[in-house]
Amino acid sequence: MIISRLAARPIPLLTGLLIALILPWMIYPPVALDIACWALFAAAVDLLLGFTGLLPFGHAAFWGGSAYVTGLIALHAGLPFPVAVLGGAAAAALLAVPIGYLSARLRGIYFAMVTLAFAQVVYFVANQWRGLTGGENGLQGIPRDLFGIDLSDPFFFYYAGLPFVLAGLLAAWRVVRSPFGRVLVAVRDNPARAQALGYPVARYKLLAFVLSAGLSGLAGGLFAIGHGFASLDEVYWTTSGQVVMMVVLGGIGTLWGGAFGAALIVELNDYLATAGFQEIGLVTGTIFVIIVLVFRRGVWGTVRDALRARAARAVPAPGPDPGTPHDETPGTPTAPADEVPTRPAR
Amino acid sequence: MGTPVPEPPILTARSLVKDFRGFRAVDGVDLDVAEGAVHALVGPNGAGKTTLFHLLTGFHRPSAGRIHVGGRDLTGKSPERVARHGVARSFQITSLFAQMTAREHLELALQAGTTLGWRFWRSDRALRRFADRSLELLEQVGLAAHADDPAGALAYGRKRALELALALALDPRVLLLDEPTAGMGAEDVDRTVELIQRVRAGRTVVMVEHNMNVVATLADRVTVLQAGRVLAEGGYAEVRRDPRVISAYLGDAHAAH
Ligand SMILES: Nc1ncnc2c1ncn2[C@@H]1O[C@H](COP(=O)(O)OP(=O)(O)OP(=O)(O)O)[C@@H](O)[C@H]1O
Ligand SMILES: [Mg+2]
Repeated sequence: MIISRLAARPIPLLTGLLIALILPWMIYPPVALDIACWALFAAAVDLLLGFTGLLPFGHAAFWGGSAYVTGLIALHAGLPFPVAVLGGAAAAALLAVPIGYLSARLRGIYFAMVTLAFAQVVYFVANQWRGLTGGENGLQGIPRDLFGIDLSDPFFFYYAGLPFVLAGLLAAWRVVRSPFGRVLVAVRDNPARAQALGYPVARYKLLAFVLSAGLSGLAGGLFAIGHGFASLDEVYWTTSGQVVMMVVLGGIGTLWGGAFGAALIVELNDYLATAGFQEIGLVTGTIFVIIVLVFRRGVWGTVRDALRARAARAVPAPGPDPGTPHDETPGTPTAPADEVPTRPAR
Repeated sequence: MGTPVPEPPILTARSLVKDFRGFRAVDGVDLDVAEGAVHALVGPNGAGKTTLFHLLTGFHRPSAGRIHVGGRDLTGKSPERVARHGVARSFQITSLFAQMTAREHLELALQAGTTLGWRFWRSDRALRRFADRSLELLEQVGLAAHADDPAGALAYGRKRALELALALALDPRVLLLDEPTAGMGAEDVDRTVELIQRVRAGRTVVMVEHNMNVVATLADRVTVLQAGRVLAEGGYAEVRRDPRVISAYLGDAHAAH
């Protein structure tokens, strides 16, 4: 069923797949893998930002937490890298249960702040627990074992890792186009009404949070294997900020848009770093501001809307204007009815 | 009409109080709603009717007092718990999901009674199982022709109708309607009255209503609120003769309608 629906829009799908497949031919293969990992991370964050109406500002905890767990499994258990990555993703999802439980009842900036605070706790632990994480040195020399196949060449490892990224993206897409995804959109647009229908809003947010964290962990674990190390950078708050930036650049609520944001930022970082430029943040920040001002809905969001508008003009839609499909455009959050406070479960 | 209803109360509120930072919006309200009755809540603007609904449905936690529905203590329970206990409500200020179509609204409401909403691994095509019932409900409220319109694009009266259909979709034991006919034209008011008459079978309806013709037609019992207190209670004919009610209403609701 998934396949048949994706196949209903073959051109964007095939284009995306084609780009994913030829990417390491076009750019430096380790950078290609970085882009793929960040694209999945961005989709995972968009699951919350675009489809649940939550702004997570501590997802480095899941990306980086999984990077460490994945690294530890690969280093000490000697298991093939897919097992290590899945273990890291599971650990991230598990870590998200208490964090999500304590933060999912909050809204807006409070949610962002509390998730940031928890991520800082994870950073602190990673920094202090040197015996396990290597402290400032990080975890070095993480192997990429796959039943003895030689994956040391980043070009080949890209193709070993790509299926995980694609599976993760497919999972994210499934979630937003599921009965559960419908409830999330309801929770995003009018939580009070969703509650009045009997939906336990806080628990739905919690599950969305855990799923998002698991996918972030999948991305982070693969990133650690790809680099062969896990460092404090992975759990640092700038990582949380960067992924949100990618989502905004690509277009909130577009799911695939984050891939554009990821490509842009990773490429730019790489280019500036190679050129020996010091103030990378200054440049990415400026570009971010410009793009956000020019493309209100992000790069992908704006392009998609323009294409739709053109298609609509070419074929006059029968009946009233259907508008943009609800499940892809983030709503201007409607004010809760009657100024009803959304009450947490329990 | 106007005769005391013999059934035991399905919904009771005892000494309900709601304070907003020193302002007492609901001030010691006792309410008994008989099972199967249509019970109207009337009173001038700001009397505390909507606040009372928020208390009864868990959107506000009472400052004092208790709420029972069907013998179960629901005091301080969350809105979703109250809803799952068979108490559905509509909102005075239309509260919809702007980007969902009318049909999707009803699918969402019908799904609420199942565990389908948790299945993140399934296709949302699974919601098609609610298609027939959704259309039926849309027909009931006269929205069948607008099934695929986004709610945000519906005209005001149609939004009110959708609001009502959404509460009905939950098939509640107790249906709380906050001004279901507010802002409707005469024709829509008649249809809504007819609809409530039809759907009251097998359930209890509590409605806030300013339109006294609607109250006279539908209500078995009327509670008059003023300044957060119960001013009078009884059958419509009885209550409308009450001098306190007349003075409370002079130049208020009657003037407004
Ligand atoms: N969240 C709140 N904070 C402070 N005061 C409130 C709040 N909600 C309601 N009030 C006040 O409580 C009083 C009762 O309001 P409520 O909305 O219950 O009245 P109502 O009887 O429904 O009136 P109407 O007929 O206009 O709908 C009003 O004076 C209102 O200003
Ligand atoms: Mg009111």
